Amino acid sequence: MRTQVSHRSKRILSRTDYLIEVREFVGEAARAFGFSEEDTANIVLAVDEACTNIIKHAYQYATDKEIEVSILPQDRSFEIRIYDSGKSFDPSTIRQPDLKEHIGHRKRGGLGVYMMKKLMDKVEYNFHKGKRNEVRLIKYLSDASIVAER
Amino acid sequence: MIDFKIHQRDNEDVSVIELKGYLDAHTAPDLETAFQKLMTENKFNIVVNCRDLSYISSAGLGVFMAYVEDVRKNKGDIKLTNMTPKVYNVFDLLGFPILYEIFKDEQEAVVRFHETKK
Repeated sequence: MRTQVSHRSKRILSRTDYLIEVREFVGEAARAFGFSEEDTANIVLAVDEACTNIIKHAYQYATDKEIEVSILPQDRSFEIRIYDSGKSFDPSTIRQPDLKEHIGHRKRGGLGVYMMKKLMDKVEYNFHKGKRNEVRLIKYLSDASIVAER
Repeated sequence: MIDFKIHQRDNEDVSVIELKGYLDAHTAPDLETAFQKLMTENKFNIVVNCRDLSYISSAGLGVFMAYVEDVRKNKGDIKLTNMTPKVYNVFDLLGFPILYEIFKDEQEAVVRFHETKK
């Protein structure tokens, strides 16, 4: 059942034990917005990957920094904006990972960014000097979901 | 709250790792420790039973990738079994089914190890 989902935000410390809270926060909102369990799982995973990347790369495992996750639902678009004040990176340097390359080399980076792109309809990065880093993850509610509701 | 649990048992010459709960960046180091232990014990025939695994992110997938080459060099393998569709979708997203043997049932994977030994 689709319910009115209002704009909401959550702030967490840059610690991996808070990932579970972010997943619950986003999952609950996505489900209420009308997404199927499969789409909800994909959105939750994409947000987890984004936050994990921030903890590992932007904050390099510093545990006292802040991550803000904002949910902006509008019509059929479900947008999640994730902010951090850590090190920014150039997303264009991330190419599609070759699984064979990762095997055995203990190379762990790059997978999360690739997964986020596959899981969401749109992924945007905004890095401006002097401002917080921003990742925008967007998923659209499909026609099928809207019809099913009527 | 316990969000992730690993249980290991040996089925003849095959080590079975059962995963339960949420495998993410927070819990992936636990899985890494379990694999390290298997390596030091020279246990290279590994079946990972994912029946009770509710969630996996790329941090978890990275652990399987990191160890599979060492395991195969030692004439072993990491075989994955009993995934729920939700968890399978994540493995599939990164192309795991091409590089790993994934079975519906743990016993099939154990039998496969014995077949390849003959």
